[in-house]
Amino acid sequence: MSIAPHPDGVPQRTPEPLDKHAMAALVARDIPHGAVVNLGIGQPTLIADHLPEDAGVVLHTENGMLNMGPAAHGEEIDPDLTNAGKIPVTELPGAAYFHHADSFAMMRGGHLDVCVMGAFQVSVHGDLANWHTGAPDAIPAVGGAMDLAIGARQVFVMMTLFAKDGSPKLVPSCAYPLTGLACVDRVYTELGVFDLGPDGAVLRETFGVSAEELLARLGA
Amino acid sequence: MGRAIVCESTDAAVAGIEDGATVLIGGFGMAGMPVPLIDALIRQGATDLTVVSNNAGNGDTGLAALLAAGRVRKVICSFPRQSDSWVFDGLYREGRIELEVVPQGTLAERMRAAGAGIGAFYCPTGVGTPLAEGKEVREIEGRLHVLELPLRGDVALIGAHRADRLGNLVYRKTARNFGPVMATAATTVIAQVAEVVEIGGLDPEAVITPSIYVDRIVEVP
Repeated sequence: MSIAPHPDGVPQRTPEPLDKHAMAALVARDIPHGAVVNLGIGQPTLIADHLPEDAGVVLHTENGMLNMGPAAHGEEIDPDLTNAGKIPVTELPGAAYFHHADSFAMMRGGHLDVCVMGAFQVSVHGDLANWHTGAPDAIPAVGGAMDLAIGARQVFVMMTLFAKDGSPKLVPSCAYPLTGLACVDRVYTELGVFDLGPDGAVLRETFGVSAEELLARLGA
Repeated sequence: MGRAIVCESTDAAVAGIEDGATVLIGGFGMAGMPVPLIDALIRQGATDLTVVSNNAGNGDTGLAALLAAGRVRKVICSFPRQSDSWVFDGLYREGRIELEVVPQGTLAERMRAAGAGIGAFYCPTGVGTPLAEGKEVREIEGRLHVLELPLRGDVALIGAHRADRLGNLVYRKTARNFGPVMATAATTVIAQVAEVVEIGGLDPEAVITPSIYVDRIVEVP
């Protein structure tokens, strides 16, 4: 297992592990000014709440829109205006609509700066597994996950570091069916942030645990 | 043909769809899904269909109702499993429906290729995953790509916002989704719109689907 502490040291930022809102704020901190960003369904959508208004970030939703606004409420709800999770949303000034082939051409063509997705497992070399458990009774459903994984210029994963059975989700090699090979650049978890690459994972910072203890729990 | 037929009813619009046809159905979830056309297809009775759509039905209406009526042999889609896809889930678990899962962008691009006369294309999506198994893989400019084949329909059922009497279409917000791509990729393209206007009633600069692709239109206010 190749997980190394950052050579400049690994600060423990907080006494407690992060909750999902603090994790979302952490990811929002690292999104560059003016970036075009796709936030996956589920927890990554929380990141939008933590982007400063002056961040200039443009949200892309793969069902065909740039400059997507926040969730719609009450009379704002329009069945023709939803996000990738089929939740009613709003449009911001400067919004643009486009069809699906164009929306995914934007991804594959390298026009999207960042995407953030959840994951079942990520390998230390950046392989991603987040679409299918492979269980015999599971119904496979991939959506845009494979297109985002290979298309976005930077792929961030936001997930809990350990599965419900206590096993690490950052692993030497994914046991679940893959979504993409060597595509994840960084993993944000409630206990630490990891940069991934061909040489393995590098632990950058921790929350609620020391680097030594976390690396030990990961078997690194 | 350059000119669409304006149908008097959804039943007239779906006439002639044959058993065993491949039917492209627009929509992302319920946004843009042409539910009245699907209801008409259920009444029309064609069966043993292959349906291409992003999802495999939501709730009990639209595509879900077509599945529940037992008319669909196979679904080709990107994301069948949703909180409200109980009709598909039940059929799949009982082994009564085939499923081909395709990455969402590849699904759109395969239809785009069919409509654009492209024989096949190399695509980096899915390399090294189960969805690339059995497909030709080729390294291009240092990156692995999977060979993907075009996906065409006998019929496309799409929802748009407005049409003129020639069949030019404009869409509304994210309900556009698969409509413009599916309109290029089927032999017979049937569009349901909220309003049909006279020729000249649409801004030519704003037309998204030119009438050359559209065969039948029906107004469902």
